Amino acid sequence: MSVDHKAMHKTVSNVVSNPLHNPPHNTMHRTAMSLRNLTVTFAAKSGNASYTAVKDTTLDIADGEFVSVVGPTGCGKSTLLNIAAGLLRASAGEVTVLGEPLSGINTRAGYMFQAESLMPWRSARDNVMAGLQFRGIARMDAIKRAEEWLERVGLAGFGARYPHQLSGGMRKRVALAQMLILDPKIMLMDEPFSALDVQTRQLMENELLALWETDKKSVLFITHDLEEAISLSDRVIVLSAGPATHPIGEFIIDLPRPRDVAEIRMTPRFLELHEQIWSAMKQEVLKGYQQTRNKLVA
Amino acid sequence: MKKIPLWIWQILLLVALFAAWHILTVPGLAPNFFFDNNDKAAFFFGEPLRIFTAIWIWFVDGEIYPHLWVTLQETVLAFVIGTLCGLGVGLWLGLAPLASAIADPYIKAANAMPRVILAPIFMVWFGLGIWSKVALGVTLVFFIVFFNVYQGVKEVSPVVLNNARMLGASKAQLLRYVYLPSATSWVFSSLHTSVGMAFVGAVVGEYLGSAKGVGYLIHQAEGTFDINTVFAGILVLTVFALLLDYVVTFAENRLLRWRPGQSETERI
Repeated sequence: MSVDHKAMHKTVSNVVSNPLHNPPHNTMHRTAMSLRNLTVTFAAKSGNASYTAVKDTTLDIADGEFVSVVGPTGCGKSTLLNIAAGLLRASAGEVTVLGEPLSGINTRAGYMFQAESLMPWRSARDNVMAGLQFRGIARMDAIKRAEEWLERVGLAGFGARYPHQLSGGMRKRVALAQMLILDPKIMLMDEPFSALDVQTRQLMENELLALWETDKKSVLFITHDLEEAISLSDRVIVLSAGPATHPIGEFIIDLPRPRDVAEIRMTPRFLELHEQIWSAMKQEVLKGYQQTRNKLVA
Repeated sequence: MKKIPLWIWQILLLVALFAAWHILTVPGLAPNFFFDNNDKAAFFFGEPLRIFTAIWIWFVDGEIYPHLWVTLQETVLAFVIGTLCGLGVGLWLGLAPLASAIADPYIKAANAMPRVILAPIFMVWFGLGIWSKVALGVTLVFFIVFFNVYQGVKEVSPVVLNNARMLGASKAQLLRYVYLPSATSWVFSSLHTSVGMAFVGAVVGEYLGSAKGVGYLIHQAEGTFDINTVFAGILVLTVFALLLDYVVTFAENRLLRWRPGQSETERI
């Protein structure tokens, strides 16, 4: 199994355009976060055998690097992210954050969820200031900073609204401000925009890039959308289909920055990268699709 | 033709009901088709005009106010104490799976038991004053609130919970800022039922033995076969319950503003 695994890595390194992890914008070479030999096995529940979601996965994110992880649906991408966040404990392997081993919640990281994560009983402003409140920061100060952040994500004047009074895109902006107000070193994003319509989504992606450009945080971005991954990232990592997911390819995205996610999709280099990554991914997507179909039939 | 407002129909219905009641009960007004005696209908069903006179006298003489005040006190106390207990126990059992597994059959048994039969025991324990009625109301309110909070805690969105944890909430802060507000919204959704139950507890308690309260007035009148006063008491209680319900609706609208309403959602 492990021999087989290595062989696959070899074929992959042929595809990689620049095998050295050296994103063009990155001036500091420190590692922000490193996942080492992670294996995640979910304990057997009555009637079900134990399930290995992630197997022997190693992944590094440099300081200020934007890394996307793509893979077929149900391959364990979110599991990987939950481990990085400290919400889930790996069965084997180690997570280090800024050089220190992670135990418990990853306090240096902000997490943006795929599903609705705002507290529905709090107004937009109170949601944004929640993290400051948990840290015991004076109320007036927290309110002031929350208002500033609402303005930065384009929601000035919407602070008094409750989540249900906001559109899906606006709720995502609130979630973004809620995360960024704590100034995390690392941003973990789990398909944050997948529920939005295409236009809103591209708008949000551009804004995310703009916010990221101002103070380059390290980003681990999970998505099943390859175009989104390429247009945002410095590096794209492709995961195999589950169970026992592991990285099968790694691609440096050398597109110039700043980028416009809608426009960059038309450039020849984008298409070239897309084709390369897709050819590596295709097999796995088909495999993943076959598995879900078998599951449905069974 | 102009449309007649709904409330006019509602008032007309009320007037029609009282008119029918009046015609059927006042001796000699309608021919006897069921009773063999002219006065029997009035004896069993009362006469609306006499009932209104009784109510009028209660309010003009001020005789009713101390009784209403006692009933109100009992209702509010039963509601507040029952809600707080239900909230506390619901939060605790919702967050402690082992404790809830152990307590489960006992809670089911206590809920299934007809709790009105506890009234005599409470009377022995707490006497004829307001506290035996409050205790009865509490047992009724507690379970409604408890089950709602328990359910509410179990159904807190795991995403919201994880998000709060990622934002740095400690265990105590999760309880205060996530579990409690989430559970409170469930308490409010059962507010109408629990206020109603507190009221039932108070009145039934008074009826079974007391020296004050509207339930006591009804019980006294019943002892002397004064059916008009019994009906007067029932009407006063009904209006009182409607007012309580109105207050609850008002509080609910103020406190649950964050909830998506049917027509409240606006497009921006």
